[in-house]
Amino acid sequence: MGDGQRIGCARRRRGGQGSELGARVQAAVIVFPGSNCDRDVEMALAVAIGRAPRMIWHGETDLPPLDLIVLPGGFAYGDYLRAGAMAAHSPIMRAVVARARAGTPVLAICNGFQIAVEAGLLPGALLPNAGLNFVCRDVHLRVEVADSIFTRGYAQGHVIRIPVAHHEGNFYIDDAGLAALRDEDRIVFRYCAADGAATPEANPNGSRDDIAGILDRDRAVLGLMPHPERLADPRLGGDDGKALFRSLIEALA
Amino acid sequence: MKGRVRITLKGGVLDPQGKAIAQALDRLGFAGVNGVRQGKLIEIDLDEADRDKARATLEAMCVKLLANTVIEDYAIELSE
Repeated sequence: MGDGQRIGCARRRRGGQGSELGARVQAAVIVFPGSNCDRDVEMALAVAIGRAPRMIWHGETDLPPLDLIVLPGGFAYGDYLRAGAMAAHSPIMRAVVARARAGTPVLAICNGFQIAVEAGLLPGALLPNAGLNFVCRDVHLRVEVADSIFTRGYAQGHVIRIPVAHHEGNFYIDDAGLAALRDEDRIVFRYCAADGAATPEANPNGSRDDIAGILDRDRAVLGLMPHPERLADPRLGGDDGKALFRSLIEALA
Repeated sequence: MKGRVRITLKGGVLDPQGKAIAQALDRLGFAGVNGVRQGKLIEIDLDEADRDKARATLEAMCVKLLANTVIEDYAIELSE
């Protein structure tokens, strides 16, 4: 079945192919000084929802009613002090954290993941890549958890191709934290080879346990270093990322 | 009051930057280097004249922003 045909009456709308149900989803992308993937994710969401999401400047203090908040990729505050450290204290983040704690889903991509970790929405820390290079290439991810609102569109164990572009993507967590992530099934994506095998070469940054993306305890905050919005349209070279946005919007509609 | 905050990675945390520095030192011919860890120095000039209050303020700054206490330790030095 094609896009948009699965739910109710599919309609082509200006800006996307989302269904009427999807169009009710209120989504927002937070824009920090230095964010640079905000418009990419705006596009991916517009296709999935059928209407562009709201773009909210970090200096705002209030949020409208929202079904989804996205923390996008980029170099908020130039990554000064630590990536995501100052952005985590932006005026808008008090509201974002409050909403997240009250159950609003948050999709935190790359710099967004760093911000979420610094804001205490997710555990662990993102260290400099073990190879010390800025890694900018496609990687393969194994979908370890298919029963989350973010990954319902993938099958368990499915391997997808998504680009990374980061210098501090080396996910670190202590032994107790890792045990909790594993026991609670919160490791959503792991780096892998194209055939799904776990190999050292497949991990672009040395992250612990090949972790590429994790959920919080309530399974409503997803942080991941790869950029699903950058391979969400065949014109970009691939669309493995599209199912993440589609399944998310379907879950929220 | 001037505060000097030294921020260092906690013992068990991998420091690829320190490792790169060690390799560069080795290439430059410096023998006997058993390890390098890189940290940060942040100097803050405060209005506060009372040492205890200044220290408390700097502690709060460290915990809240200057250090990521998941992976970093901090040390505070005061001078007039």
